[in-house]
Amino acid sequence: MADALLTLEGVHTHIGPYHILHEVSFAVPRGGVTMLLGRNGAGKSTTLRTIMGLWKASRGTITFDGRPIQALATPDIARAGIAYVPENMGIFADLTVAENMRLAATGGPFDARRLAWIKELFPPIGTFWDKAAGTLSGGQKQMLSVARAIIEPRRLILIDEPSKGLAPAIIGAMTAALKQLKDTDTTILLVEQNFAMASALGDTVAVMDDGRIVHAGAMAELAADASLQEKLMGLSLEVHQ
Amino acid sequence: MSETAIRPRLVGPTAMERLGKAAPLLLAPVLALAGLAAIGNPSVWLTLTVAGLAMGLMIFIMASGLTVIFGLMDVINFGHGAFVSVGAFVGFTVLAWLSGWTQNPAVVLNLAAVFLAILASMAVTGALGLAFERVIVKPVYGHHLKQILVTMGGLIVAQQLIHVIWGPDAIHVARPPSLQGSFIVGEAAIEKYRMLAVAIGLVLFLAMRHVLRATKLGLLVRAGVENGEMVEALGYRINRLFLLVFMAGSALAGLGGIMWGLYQETITAHMGSEIMVLVFVVVIIGGLGSIEGCFIGALLVGLLANYMAFLAPKVALVSTIALMVAILMWRPQGLYPVVKAK
Repeated sequence: MADALLTLEGVHTHIGPYHILHEVSFAVPRGGVTMLLGRNGAGKSTTLRTIMGLWKASRGTITFDGRPIQALATPDIARAGIAYVPENMGIFADLTVAENMRLAATGGPFDARRLAWIKELFPPIGTFWDKAAGTLSGGQKQMLSVARAIIEPRRLILIDEPSKGLAPAIIGAMTAALKQLKDTDTTILLVEQNFAMASALGDTVAVMDDGRIVHAGAMAELAADASLQEKLMGLSLEVHQ
Repeated sequence: MSETAIRPRLVGPTAMERLGKAAPLLLAPVLALAGLAAIGNPSVWLTLTVAGLAMGLMIFIMASGLTVIFGLMDVINFGHGAFVSVGAFVGFTVLAWLSGWTQNPAVVLNLAAVFLAILASMAVTGALGLAFERVIVKPVYGHHLKQILVTMGGLIVAQQLIHVIWGPDAIHVARPPSLQGSFIVGEAAIEKYRMLAVAIGLVLFLAMRHVLRATKLGLLVRAGVENGEMVEALGYRINRLFLLVFMAGSALAGLGGIMWGLYQETITAHMGSEIMVLVFVVVIIGGLGSIEGCFIGALLVGLLANYMAFLAPKVALVSTIALMVAILMWRPQGLYPVVKAK
């Protein structure tokens, strides 16, 4: 997998006495969007948290740009160029939108052009710049969470269920924004339950069940095969649409 | 994403919500006015109010470090009182070394001696905080019961070390001449030292607010109080922040210790653990992790303790506990609880 930016090989994760991830192996190709799909509790969020070092892999190798990162501390993984948008968005509610963004800009002052692009991508960021992030709506918080992850160029962005709990119109807008982000050649590993969003964005896909990878391949292939969707996830794109 | 796709909308707080948020700010002025009505004599009220503010601000100095340590690190530090005692004894030692300055009537020399004593207290307790965090607290992160046990153990060890170094007896600490006596304002007598305590407490509060609101370090602390994991995921080493905050909190306890020692004019190895009851009351009233809440809580405790000591001395002992109960019935998480999203 010469063009893989991130590779997981035989990764196991334990949380206390529970064995959550079993022999997880898949690759995230450089410059595209890889979808990580699966039912609730399949281990998708645990996989992202393990990549970020928030839960340590008990076995296996995680390689980022040719360098093993499974033993690194979370801040070192982040500084290697991986941004993380957690399922609960991880917004600092007590801080303003500007302060949230300022914290994410670890390299120093904002790049004005990049900030302008982000404000265009997510208009509420500019509108509510000086408001406390806790006062934003769910969709706006999700935008802030993604905006925070891209305020500086990152080599890989891990995004955990950006459509969760959002109204359909907001999901459509979020999908459009992520498409624009994809067009900038940013590599994204996206956990998603919304199959329509997944098929609109994904280039490659890995499907998880019970802590294991049960399928890996091209997203278009999975999107076109209703019986495979049914078999892997108990639902099909046709039903979902 | 077009502007029409997601129409930015922010529902502003209602008038009641705004009032609810501002209500704690009114508590100290309301208590002061109630005190004036109950006491009747403005001169007595002024004396008691300044005494209450001084006491409150000294408790705030000690409590502010504890509340930030709890909020950021989720550590219940029962050993915080050790830094108060050590700070007082170190300060006393420096003042004793500088007896030529402290016995001189010159204001400048007196203040210089006190400030050097404060600096020494903060330096020693800050360094002790570093050792305490690395050796005692770090192994028990995330385990509250163990934290209570080992920090209590640390407190006992520190108290015994004070006995070994300075002896078991209470020590009298004389204030320098220019900090003795009172200013007379009308018919009210206002102790000079209390004015100094109020000034130092206010400067410290404003400085802490500035650091927390306007610097990146402050942003990190506030963010870390809310969600430490996310701070790490953004690329910041929160362990270093923990250590820095623990050292700063310990140094503040040391500052509070020497201030309180000069206020009481007597220091003992147990003075820290004794004052910790009031410190915990203030932290709980303010809401765990909140500097602003801690400040208001400290003022309330200081004012109420002084008013009640004058109005109903027999009730004074329980008044601060009654205040805490009343506040918790109104706001079960304290005045300004810090949101946790761990």
